[in-house]
Amino acid sequence: MKHLRALEDQSVYILREAYKHFDNLAMLWSMGKDSTVLLWLARKAFFGHVPFPLIHIDTSYKIPEMIEYRDRLVREWRLNLVIGQNKQALAEGMNHTRGRIECCTALKTQGLKLLLEEKGYTGIILGVRADEESTRAKERYFSPRDKNNEWDFRDQPPELWDQFKTSFPPGTHIRIHPLLDWTEINIWEYIKLENIPFIDLYLDRGNGTRYRSLGCAPCTFPIQSTARTVDDIIEELRKSQVAERSGRAQDEGRGMELLRKDGYM
Amino acid sequence: MDTCNASPLDSTPPVRGRMNIVIVGHVDHGKSTLLGRLYADTGSLPEGKLEKIQAICRQQGKEFEYAFLFDAFLEEQQQGITIDTARTFFQWDGRQYIIIDAPGHKEFLKNMVSGAARAEAALLVIDALEGVREQSRRHGLLLSMLGVRQVTVVVNKMDLVGYRHDTFESIKKEYQEFLAGLNVTPQYVIPASAKLGDNIVQRSRAMAWYTGPTVLESLGLFSSEVARHEKPLRFPLQDVYKFDARRILAGRVTAGRITVGDRLIFSPSNKTAMVRSIEAFNVEPPPIQAEAGQSIGITLDEQIFVERGEIVSHEDSLPLVSTTFRANLFWLGRRPLDIHRPYVVRLATQEEECEIVAIHRLVDATNLSAASPEHEPIHQVQRNEVAEVTIRAKTPLAFDLYADFDSTGRFVLVDNYDVAGGGIITAMIPDRHEQLRTEARLRDFAWVKGDVSPEDRAMHYGHRAAVVLLTGPDTAGKAFLARKLESVLVAEGRHAYLLDAANLRRGLDADLHEGNEAAEVVRRYGEVARLLVDTGLLVISTTNPFSLPTEQIVPALQTLIHPVPLLAVYMSREATDSVPEADLVFTGPEDFDALTHHILDALKRKGILAQVVGAYPTFQYSI
Repeated sequence: MKHLRALEDQSVYILREAYKHFDNLAMLWSMGKDSTVLLWLARKAFFGHVPFPLIHIDTSYKIPEMIEYRDRLVREWRLNLVIGQNKQALAEGMNHTRGRIECCTALKTQGLKLLLEEKGYTGIILGVRADEESTRAKERYFSPRDKNNEWDFRDQPPELWDQFKTSFPPGTHIRIHPLLDWTEINIWEYIKLENIPFIDLYLDRGNGTRYRSLGCAPCTFPIQSTARTVDDIIEELRKSQVAERSGRAQDEGRGMELLRKDGYM
Repeated sequence: MDTCNASPLDSTPPVRGRMNIVIVGHVDHGKSTLLGRLYADTGSLPEGKLEKIQAICRQQGKEFEYAFLFDAFLEEQQQGITIDTARTFFQWDGRQYIIIDAPGHKEFLKNMVSGAARAEAALLVIDALEGVREQSRRHGLLLSMLGVRQVTVVVNKMDLVGYRHDTFESIKKEYQEFLAGLNVTPQYVIPASAKLGDNIVQRSRAMAWYTGPTVLESLGLFSSEVARHEKPLRFPLQDVYKFDARRILAGRVTAGRITVGDRLIFSPSNKTAMVRSIEAFNVEPPPIQAEAGQSIGITLDEQIFVERGEIVSHEDSLPLVSTTFRANLFWLGRRPLDIHRPYVVRLATQEEECEIVAIHRLVDATNLSAASPEHEPIHQVQRNEVAEVTIRAKTPLAFDLYADFDSTGRFVLVDNYDVAGGGIITAMIPDRHEQLRTEARLRDFAWVKGDVSPEDRAMHYGHRAAVVLLTGPDTAGKAFLARKLESVLVAEGRHAYLLDAANLRRGLDADLHEGNEAAEVVRRYGEVARLLVDTGLLVISTTNPFSLPTEQIVPALQTLIHPVPLLAVYMSREATDSVPEADLVFTGPEDFDALTHHILDALKRKGILAQVVGAYPTFQYSI
């Protein structure tokens, strides 16, 4: 409980720094557990308000329950939702059978890039966590992206004492990562502590499987699990030694390093 | 890639505490190997990770190393060095550790600093065969500057020196003596071999002479959380929100406690107010107290207008306020720190332009002595160097000495777009106006307020209070312009008053003798101006009656009327090279009607006058 409050305090501080320094700020919301915790933290930081738009990059392949859940929270929490979609790639028939990296690049990376260009956002808040995979472990809280959205992980600016990178040349933008220090277990512990609504795809609904990580339907696979409550999930994770994103196909090999260098989340 | 957030084999108890630990040391001394070994021997790796990396090594025909478990980038694996810090997660004995693997190569010192700045404790690794090296010392020095006070030293690769006790003791002695020069005492010095697993998780049989803790045990012996909440209150203001009916002051308490009903002092503005409530989302019942570490929001009993940057404290323990301080600074910028170049200093939530007044000495990280000959002026600090400097900000900052408060006693310098250096404050340098500033603070804290607030007056008058000070050589027409400005403002319906310091000479200043009381004349004028601006007036004056140099008058008056704005207008008949700093500069023959309108425009730009006569000003402001 105390460690969750410490995580919360740091994330809230980061969100407030982002809001203070970026005139054109938005938050990426995939409706998964992490970005929903992030959304909740924004409501904490701004006392029930979310003073910037939420972006959903819609690949059109999301699991239908996710869209229902999205629209419900938008209504109930009065959120400003912006939907981005690479319509051209979809019209040309892009899907995962053309290659997972190609599909992710076109529909997610490129979809985000198109929206950034259209809206001119200079700060994007994302729910990535350092423990998800190795390149995310190297991220800064405030991480610059160049004109082509690329991440120069070889030469990241120093970041110390909560003095973040908040100034940047025109044409570039900053990725902001308030959840960097959270682990998967922390996320579920916090969902329980704050009673945050989440999609029940994360629970076993009677067939002995559940999703541990949510993405596009064709590339995300459920795991064997009988966890029916948040407590069950936490208990399962404490015992588990299987990586969270093992059900995510794009993580295989060096997929994430290559994807993230080019601007993937 | 997969993850490394798993916990040890059995189901572990719920987490009680959390701690950030950084692993530092010279390149190749075995930091990543130590980390890999720690995870492997405690069963903390995800299933199949070890086997997977071993298989890759076989495939590529190289010997398996534990370090490969955490080197994320292809480049790191090819070069066998860690380029950037990586956070990994590790849980043991009811505590959750975030372990930050910092690169040891000199090239990547900025990444090491970024990692270590987040840490509460450090493991510093030294190669038993190579002994204490340059980065071993530099990292020790930086840890002390970054405020990492808990350090355990691991003398690694003991297998390469035949596990010899005397080799260990001589490295231990040498490094302890070095740390002693930094006032750091290592908690433990542990002989180990990460490669073979000696004294990492399992106790070494080869070194029966060592009876202290293993590396794993030493982690548990780091203590969490210094008792920052026991200190006096420090609450740097981060932002002010008005999303609904509430006006909420947001920020993070960095020291002490804040309680509903407390009387607060805001520095450097010297404003005061009481805490009416502590606001929180999804918390029932609402909190009545908050302490160090918490990100909070408060509301006040009265509508004072304060902005980001103020440091909130209680009256009995105020932060220091000055433009100038002395500091130990480390430089990480791409180009050297240059005494002739302007920088931006960021200190807690304050951000201000600054200059480097002096570079007193460069510190040689290898022996902590002065790296440069004494008395030779130094103009630059190169990348990765440490120096003692004096920094002066454009306007006064609130801060503490690092020895007293960590968060409000350190700062970073921004060069171009990037944080390029950081430092800790070792001394406040009283500037010329220190005495006046102290007087103004004490006077403002004791000020008895009426029911009409400065905001009420501003709304009523349609403008804020301010002082317009006309400066420049004699016979430039300052007095004429001052009279004209007063007439135009009053004709427009503003509340303006020409206060000539000459009018104080026979009355308030009658006890002063000509010549030797120049500073006192300015002080008394400033106090009178302070009273008039408190009534909401626009006060106009020239520097004619003062016998001090202009560059002393302007900051002295500004200090006394602070935080009410002072608009300095310099005028001269001839163009000169040495124009003192001013908000407006008029040189050469001028049309006085035009000058008057320039001044009115400047007042509008600063939000002092509303744009349209008769309209209410749109600013958020008060004294």
